[in-house]
Amino acid sequence: MAKINLDSILEGRRSQPHMLVEVLLDLQDQEGYLPEEALKTVSKELGVPLIDVYRVAHFYKAFSLKPRGKNLITICTGTACHVRGSDLLVNQVRGQLGIEPGETTADGQITVECVNCVGACALGPIVIHNDAYCKNMTPGKLRRKLDKAAGRKKEAKDA
Amino acid sequence: MPRVSHAKDLEIIRSQADGRKSRTRLELVIPNGTCCQASGSAALIDAVRAELARQGLQQDVSVRVTGCLGFCEQEPMILVEPGNILYCQVSAKDAAEIVSRTVKKGEVIDTFLFLDPVSGKRIEKEADIPFYKAQSRQLIHMNRFVDPFSIEDYIATGGYQAIAKALKEFKPSAVIAEVKASGLRGRGGAGFPTGRKWEEAHEAPGDEKYVICNADEGDPGAYMDRCVLEANPHAVLEGMMIGAYAVGASKGYIYVRREYPLAVKHCRIAIQQAREYGLLGENILGSNFSFDVEVARGGGAFVCGESTALMTSIEGKVGEPRAKDVHTVREGLWGRPTVLNNVETWANVPSIVLNGAKWFASRGTERSKGTKILALTGRVKNTGLVEIAMGTPIRTIVYDIGGGPKNGNRIKAVQTGGPSGGCLPERLFDLPVDFDALWDAGSMMGSGGMVVMDDKTCMVDVARYFLKFLLDESCGKCVPCRVGIDRMLEIVTDIAEGRGRPEQLDLLQELAETVAEASLCGLGKSAPNPVLSTLRYFMEEYKAHVLEKRCPAAVCKALVTYSIDAEKCTGCGVCLKACPHDSITGEKKKPHVIDAALCQRCGICIGECKFDAITVL
Repeated sequence: MAKINLDSILEGRRSQPHMLVEVLLDLQDQEGYLPEEALKTVSKELGVPLIDVYRVAHFYKAFSLKPRGKNLITICTGTACHVRGSDLLVNQVRGQLGIEPGETTADGQITVECVNCVGACALGPIVIHNDAYCKNMTPGKLRRKLDKAAGRKKEAKDA
Repeated sequence: MPRVSHAKDLEIIRSQADGRKSRTRLELVIPNGTCCQASGSAALIDAVRAELARQGLQQDVSVRVTGCLGFCEQEPMILVEPGNILYCQVSAKDAAEIVSRTVKKGEVIDTFLFLDPVSGKRIEKEADIPFYKAQSRQLIHMNRFVDPFSIEDYIATGGYQAIAKALKEFKPSAVIAEVKASGLRGRGGAGFPTGRKWEEAHEAPGDEKYVICNADEGDPGAYMDRCVLEANPHAVLEGMMIGAYAVGASKGYIYVRREYPLAVKHCRIAIQQAREYGLLGENILGSNFSFDVEVARGGGAFVCGESTALMTSIEGKVGEPRAKDVHTVREGLWGRPTVLNNVETWANVPSIVLNGAKWFASRGTERSKGTKILALTGRVKNTGLVEIAMGTPIRTIVYDIGGGPKNGNRIKAVQTGGPSGGCLPERLFDLPVDFDALWDAGSMMGSGGMVVMDDKTCMVDVARYFLKFLLDESCGKCVPCRVGIDRMLEIVTDIAEGRGRPEQLDLLQELAETVAEASLCGLGKSAPNPVLSTLRYFMEEYKAHVLEKRCPAAVCKALVTYSIDAEKCTGCGVCLKACPHDSITGEKKKPHVIDAALCQRCGICIGECKFDAITVL
């Protein structure tokens, strides 16, 4: 495995324990998750015991200790999206991909997550595909998006 | 780059901006906030710019890319000034027509104008649109004048004049007196008087003090803070500068949720620009006042919106709250006196200093002054950000501004204040929106989310939704919140799934009151509000679930059956393909049927059917 470069993330933050959350956020953005090796380095460089690094990594929802799929599909389940049917989107994922929110498909193509609110409430339900915001989502639109992300046409039902 | 070292430097920048403006004939304002981008505003902006260049019009027309103008549902939009003409739901392919007809010839293109869903008429001017008309826009109104990447735009609107005035004319105690006299109360939820908070921090002993902007807008259904921070970050910075001067702080933090990447970016740019202009740093505007601001990002924990939890999060630790036996104005961030206000509160400060407390207090009610931005969402015709004078009745907001119910449904409630707030029934819609009236009715202002619910919304499901949310977000430090929410959810789930027993309703009430009483922080104390308010106002829905095993809104899955109306079904096969559970069968062009044993009641078929043939009972 290629060694992870933490220099730009740690720049100007070394030996400053209070920078832990910021450093982990950048690491998460760079790698898509928090690799164990990198956490050990962070612990050493910031001067935070490894157990505290893990505690913070577990506490905040932004962090993932497992690698994520190539496509990150984030379903907003805020109140406004909920009353407009974001539940149906979660059901679509369960039915179509056979995974629960927070999980990744076996082929590593798609990770689905739920988020409590992304603040685009007037346009709900919202789904974010990697960085692109998609408004007024329906199960049908999501199905096509997931098919595309998985890189295949929907297989014939009886196949 | 100009350095602002004196108040008159601001004047120079201002007059230069005015000069530039007088050289252009038209201005196209195109909002490009997060919600606008979800609707494709970025492509529209590129297309308009390209088209202006192609037709050789860049010189006499300026394009201003701004933050959100509030009417999110109608985005992407273009506001043409002068003329106040608003084009709604336009896209990149419309750019050529807009440039050649409106920009070049001054024509108004009818088909791009707002189509009022209530009257069915097109409306030309933004100011005449009912959604805007009943509002009292102070903060959001500024968004159209400011490109968030341009500090000069902000200065041109009179920006940084307030801090200049404060530094020159006011002692810190006089600033505090002014803010106190204005009656400004915290916009984050609890409505604590801002001036009093500042005064306590000002009087607290210590050389090192902090100011923090709470932009951890975790309440689902509220996004006014994102909008203000994205659209007008310098207003927030200026508010913080004034606060820092008043309490004697030299360092500030803006704590933004990471779920708002655009707000994070705009804040960072604004801070960088303010530093370059000398408006942050040492000896600001030639005074003895020095101040700097840093952005700290949240990690996606709702509890970090609570002041003590937020501060431990900035310290790089797990964001758990602590008991507030000593207030954060005395012992806050790193144990130092700290003032924490929310985005909207900070953004209100400059105009109070500039225009005076009396001006600010001229709007609002006896005990709630000024305006409040609400996020009007859910099942109404017009959704978006709404800024009203405090005291405006809920009915005005839902019906006049929101345009009333969608699809002929009946509106039955509004939910205010997010997971800490409650649901208010239609019969209370004459209540004025202010801190105290909402609180007395069993809800709260919260940060200003207002989700409209109609007869297709089940109130038991709403209570269940919030309990699930809170269970997920409870940090687990204290028992009443950690265990109490779990037990409440257990009961409400029983009720929603048809296992409810009548005596559970009393138990639920009792449990809710105990959690409210005994929890450690504001999250736990207010967690039972959704349950308590739905029990109080929508008992008949709970009873229908418990006694008749029926969900009146046909939402609770365990209590409904899906079927296909053979009269309406055309046998097109769309639902059959869409159903992920293979529960629909039927021949092409003949009515399909749903196998009740296989049906998971996911509702996906409803969204797919174009003929309204799927019924839920």
